[in-house]
Amino acid sequence: MTFFLQLVVTGFTLGMIYALVAIGFVIILKCSNAFNIAQGHFVLVGGYLGYTFLVVFGLPIWVSLLLSVVTAILLGLVIERLTLRPLVGQPELAIIMMTIALSTVLEGLAILIWGGEYKTYHGVLPTVGMKLGKISIPSESLIGLIVSIASVTIFILFFRYTKIGLAMRATAEDLQVVQSVGIKATTVYAVSWIIACVMGVIAGILLGGVSGVMIPLAEVGLKAFAVVLLGGANSIGGAIVAGIIVGILENISAGYLDPLLPRGGMANVFPFIVMIGVLIFKPHGLFGLARIERI
Amino acid sequence: MAIFRTRRDWGILFAFLGFLAVCPLFFSDRVLTMLTMIGISIVSVHGLNILTGYCGQISMGHVGFMAVGAYVSAILTAKLGWSFWAALPCAAMAAGIAGLIFGLPSLKIKGFYLIMATIAAHFIIVWLILQLYHVTGGPDGLPVPKPKIGSLVLKSKTSYFYLVMVFTVLSTLLAKNIIRTRAGRAFVAIRDNDLAAEVMGISLWSYKLQAFFIGCVYAGVAGVLLVHYYAFASVDQFPFIDSVWYLGMLIVGGMGSIPGAIFGAVALKLLDELVTIVGPILSAAVAAQAAASLALIARGLVIILFLIFEPRGLAHRWGIIKAYFRLWPFSHEE
Repeated sequence: MTFFLQLVVTGFTLGMIYALVAIGFVIILKCSNAFNIAQGHFVLVGGYLGYTFLVVFGLPIWVSLLLSVVTAILLGLVIERLTLRPLVGQPELAIIMMTIALSTVLEGLAILIWGGEYKTYHGVLPTVGMKLGKISIPSESLIGLIVSIASVTIFILFFRYTKIGLAMRATAEDLQVVQSVGIKATTVYAVSWIIACVMGVIAGILLGGVSGVMIPLAEVGLKAFAVVLLGGANSIGGAIVAGIIVGILENISAGYLDPLLPRGGMANVFPFIVMIGVLIFKPHGLFGLARIERI
Repeated sequence: MAIFRTRRDWGILFAFLGFLAVCPLFFSDRVLTMLTMIGISIVSVHGLNILTGYCGQISMGHVGFMAVGAYVSAILTAKLGWSFWAALPCAAMAAGIAGLIFGLPSLKIKGFYLIMATIAAHFIIVWLILQLYHVTGGPDGLPVPKPKIGSLVLKSKTSYFYLVMVFTVLSTLLAKNIIRTRAGRAFVAIRDNDLAAEVMGISLWSYKLQAFFIGCVYAGVAGVLLVHYYAFASVDQFPFIDSVWYLGMLIVGGMGSIPGAIFGAVALKLLDELVTIVGPILSAAVAAQAAASLALIARGLVIILFLIFEPRGLAHRWGIIKAYFRLWPFSHEE
């Protein structure tokens, strides 16, 4: 039982981080109908940014987080302006291919700047470990939990109560109406990319603290896609709930099934099995809206 | 209408085939290797083109299906002692059937959701290959015999080049013909508007699965050619990123065009060659990791630039050039 609860607790933290990545994805999809395959690479860049600020510059974690967020805002702005803006109104496939190409360029840049080696800043993080009965919560998990819950809360408040947040929700509802009342859709697109980038980078810093940073960290993006599909592609609440579900299930399946399989690796393939299952049986996810199409 | 309509078309075809036949006389082994790799890529991209370019079903698991074909052939030839020629159709069928299975979600979903399903297909296939290590060798890989014709073993680069070129030319002709059949026209209708196609009486269920089957058979053949070339099967030969590059070849060449698939494969492979030449120079001049990152950045940038400035690909540009010369001296800017 202790083993089970331990898996649930660490899975919950992992799930919150997945939820962060998934929110970034969902926000772009809602606002500009673009599927952002490069979301996982924002996570990768985030991990390396965390390493740069924490280890290379030796800054405390909160300052590092702030600086990384500022960098992420700039990155999101540049990416949106240079690559996605020219494709407004192009077919879905062109936009998807653009984000795929973007992901390879980001990966290449990460290798160029940071050498693509394994970096870790495990020792630099403050130790605030906790024990709940027999279950111990490692300090990275605790930090991850605090930061991710704070980020999600700030984001939801922003989305609900600020003017630009309202504009974004309106754009998600109906682009034409939004344009006719004088809201600039391009600003909304830019802000949605900035938010996605910030969310990805924060998740990257947190995951980097847990498992170190390496190029395969970008595969977290693929797991976030499973989260997005399970939650329903246009539901932010769904992304959070599904993130937690996938995080916990992944940890449990890895904990119990890996010993049964000769080569293990269940944690890596599990999200994809979830994905195929969801796609076959419930393509719109738990909370997504079914699309009705007309010719 | 015939594919080769005029005597000049036939002349160009035979001149090109003749050029391929004498290639080994002029080129070094290094160039032949490159051409062999381009040929294998073209076979694979034709499959992806039928599936994605013509039928509009975007697949990012293409390399996974190549791996299915490759491993079926590897197991049949290495473990059971079948000949290459008997194993090849079985491997192609196996890849096609894998495509049918993972193509099933395409009946309900499209666009991004289908991309996710095919990405999942890739990772599940690779995971299965690693799990079934009794037959596949798992992470250690599996040595594969070189193909034989009679008693002639296709060991040399030259002989393998001829083998691959035969498959490349045949697969190009086959692809060209497939899209001219009833099924091919149905694919295009489904790509342009699947609801309208269904209303017109095209069975989405049947034709989408046919597209998956054909595309994955092509992938399977390409996978077989790849492992027998290396005489070794390993999951490292089928990295996920290659599926991205195959889609990139389609973008660069031009989607939904048979010459486009060829242009794209040739262009991106030539870019690779350029990178292998420039990479070490950059590595020495800037930083050691520059060579590794250059390939990713260069290919990504090329795809980005094509998407922004020439979304219809090289095939479109080729059409403009052809029209220019056809209309000359009365040609004008389009």
